[in-house]
Amino acid sequence: MKHEAGMRLAGMIRKEWLQVIRDPSSIAIAFVLPLLLLLIFGYGVSLDARNVPVAVVLEEPGPQGLNFSGGFFQSPYFAPVVTPSIQEAEALLRANRVDGIIWLRANFERDYLNRGSPPMSVIVNGVDANTGRLVQNYIQAIWYGWLEQQAERAGRTLQAPVALEQRIWFNPQIRSTDFLVPGVLAVIMTLIGALLTALVITREWERGTMEALLVTRISVNELLLGKLIPYFILGMGGLALSLVMARFLFHVPMRGSLWLFIATSALFLLVALGMGLFISTMVRSQFVASLIAMISTFLPAFILSGFIFDIRSVPPVIQAVTHLIAARYYVSILQTLFLVGDVWSVILPNALALVAMAVFFLGLVYRRTRKNLE
Amino acid sequence: MVTRVLALIVKEFLALFRDRNSRMAVVVPPIVQLLVFGYAATFDLENVRLVVLNEDRGSLGRELVSRFERSVGFDVIGFLQTEDEIKPLIDSTRALMALRIGEECSARAGRGESCPVQVIIDGRNSNTAMLALNYVRTIVTDFNQEWAEQVSGTSLPARLTIRAWFNPNLESRWFIVPGIIALLAMIVTLVVTALSVAREREAGTFDQLLVTPLRPVEILIGKAVPGLIVGVGEASLIILVAVFWFRIPLVGSLATLYPALVIYVLSIIGVGLMISSFSATLQQALLGSFLFIVPAVILSGFATPIANMPAFMQKLTYLDPMRYFLTIVRRVFLEGAGLEYFWHDIWPMSVIAVVTLATATWLFRHRMY
Repeated sequence: MKHEAGMRLAGMIRKEWLQVIRDPSSIAIAFVLPLLLLLIFGYGVSLDARNVPVAVVLEEPGPQGLNFSGGFFQSPYFAPVVTPSIQEAEALLRANRVDGIIWLRANFERDYLNRGSPPMSVIVNGVDANTGRLVQNYIQAIWYGWLEQQAERAGRTLQAPVALEQRIWFNPQIRSTDFLVPGVLAVIMTLIGALLTALVITREWERGTMEALLVTRISVNELLLGKLIPYFILGMGGLALSLVMARFLFHVPMRGSLWLFIATSALFLLVALGMGLFISTMVRSQFVASLIAMISTFLPAFILSGFIFDIRSVPPVIQAVTHLIAARYYVSILQTLFLVGDVWSVILPNALALVAMAVFFLGLVYRRTRKNLE
Repeated sequence: MVTRVLALIVKEFLALFRDRNSRMAVVVPPIVQLLVFGYAATFDLENVRLVVLNEDRGSLGRELVSRFERSVGFDVIGFLQTEDEIKPLIDSTRALMALRIGEECSARAGRGESCPVQVIIDGRNSNTAMLALNYVRTIVTDFNQEWAEQVSGTSLPARLTIRAWFNPNLESRWFIVPGIIALLAMIVTLVVTALSVAREREAGTFDQLLVTPLRPVEILIGKAVPGLIVGVGEASLIILVAVFWFRIPLVGSLATLYPALVIYVLSIIGVGLMISSFSATLQQALLGSFLFIVPAVILSGFATPIANMPAFMQKLTYLDPMRYFLTIVRRVFLEGAGLEYFWHDIWPMSVIAVVTLATATWLFRHRMY
C-alpha cells in the first residue's frame, strides 16, 4: 500500500513537472522575476538626494552673501544655479526646474554691517516631503558652517556645545542596498509563491481535468503534495539565485547562519505557496483567481511589510492589519539575519508567526479540497 | 459597426461583472487598499523608540533630553545606567535609537568647549536610520544655534528662515496619497485588460471572435472601453477618498487632471492588452502583468525619487507611463499646476498609448495558436 501511495504521488509530481516545463512561464516566474527585481532594486533605488538643483538669488552681491552661497557650490548635495531675480527663481521652482531657492534681499549686506540680523530666506519645494526634509537638513548644515566662519572672523570661536557623533549600527555607511535587497527578497518570494500556485487547482477545474483526477485513487494529501512539491523546488531555486545575487553581485553581508536563512525561507515559501493554493481553491475560474492574485499579492507585500515604509511609524490600527501580511515577518527575519546575525529574540517570534500562517493556509486548503472531492 | 462594437462592449462587461467574485475583486480592494496604504505608506517617523544614557548631571543634558521628549518624532522609552544595556535593546529591536550624553557636558559647554553626544541608531532599515538621524540633527542644530545666540549675547549676524512651498509641514502623506491614486488606477486597469484576451485565447473563444465581421480595431475598442470606464471610474472614487477622507489639498483643477488621467489609463490599457494578446494562457498573462507592474512601480518614483537613481536607470523611467502621471497627479494636487506645465509629460504618455494599442491590435491577428 505504502509503495502504491508513493507511486501515485510520484506520478502526480511528474505530471505537474511536465506542466511546468511545457509552459515556460512558471520557470520565468521562479527565475526571471527575481533577476529583474534584484537588478532594479539593487542598482536603482535610493532615498539619499544628491545634486539637488537650487536657485541662488543675490539681489545685491556682496562679500557676505557670496561667502554664504559659496557653501552651496562646494556641497555635493546641491547643484546651484545663479538667478538674477526672485521672480525668475520662483518661475523655475514652479516649472520644477529647481527644488529650492536661496534668496538674499537687496539690503542684506547693509543690514549685516549694521548688525541688523537680516534674513536669509530659503524656500524648498515641499511636494516631495521626504526630499524636502533632507534638503532642509543640508541647508542647515551649510548655514551652521557659515556661522562658525563668521564667529572666527570676528575673533571669537563659536564652539557648538553639542558635537554630534553618529553611529549607525549594522550598516555604518547607510548603504540602502544592504537593507533593500533583503526586503526585496521577501517581495520576490511572495510573488513566486503566489503566482506559481494561484492557478494550479482552478486550472484543473476549468479544464475539466479535476474530475478525471477525482476518479483516480489519489488522496487529498497526495494531490496537494503533488501540487506543492514541484513548485516548492522551483521556489527554492529562485531563492538560491536571489541569495547568490545578493551575496556576490550586491555584496550584502550575511552575518547570520546560512541554515537559519534556508530554514526560515523554506517556511516562508510554504506560506506563500499556501496563499496561492488558497486562492486557487477559493474560486473555480482561472480568471477570477488571477484577478485576486494580482490585487492581493504585490501591493500588500510592497507597502505593508516594512520593507520600504517602516511599520513602526504607522497608526496602531493599521499596524494591526500588517500582522496579517506574512511578508512582514519574513522581512524582519531577513533584515536581522543579513545585517545583524542570529538574534533569537527577533527570529523566533517571527518564525512562529510564519508557522502559524503556514498551518492556517495549508489547513484551509486541505479542508476545502476535501469538501470538493466529496 | 457601432452596434457591433457596442455588443462587444456589453459582452466584455458581462464577462467581467457577471461573476460575483470578480465584481468584488475589481471594485472593493482598491478602496480598502487606499485606506490602508494611505496610512501605512509614510516617511514621517513617529514615536521612534529612544533610550537615553545621560552621564551628564547638569542642565545641558537635561535640556537636550527634554527636547527629544517634547518632539513628536521620538518616544523616550527608558533611561539607562550603563553602556552595556544599549546593545541588547537595539539588537532585539526594542529600541531604535540610543542617545548617550557624555560626562560633564554642562561643565565643558560652560567653559566654551564642545562635548560629545553620541547617537546610536539601528541601521537595519537604512531608510529609517537616515530619517531618524536627520531628526536628531535638526534638534541638535536648533539647540546649538540657540546656545550660540545666548553665549554671544548679541543676535546672530543673520537669520535663516526656511519655508516649504506647497506642503508647509512637509507631510509625506500629501506626497504619497496622490501617488497611490496613480498606483491603484494602474493596477485596476491592468486587472481588467491584461487578462481579457488571454482568457479568451485559453478558452478558445478568441478564434471565434476573429472569424466574426469584427475588425481588429473594433475588437480593440470593445476590449479597451471597459478598461477605460473601470479605470477612470475607480480612479475618480479614489480621488474622492483622497480629498474628503485624507484631506489632501486639491489645489489644481480637475480639468487638468482628467485629460491626463484618460491618457494614462489608455496607455495602461495598451500595455495590458499587449501583454494579454501576447499570452497563450492566463498564467502567462499573470506573469506578464507582474513583469510590468513591479518595475513600473519602482521606476515611477512612487517610493524613491527618480532624481536619486543612477543615470541609465533614469533613462529607463522614460518608458514607464506611471512616471509621467505620477508627476502630474502630485503637482496638480499640491502645486495647482496647469496643463501648460505638463505637455512634456503628456506627449510621451500618448506615444506609449498609441504604440502599445497598435501593437496589441496587430497581435490579435498575428499571434495565433
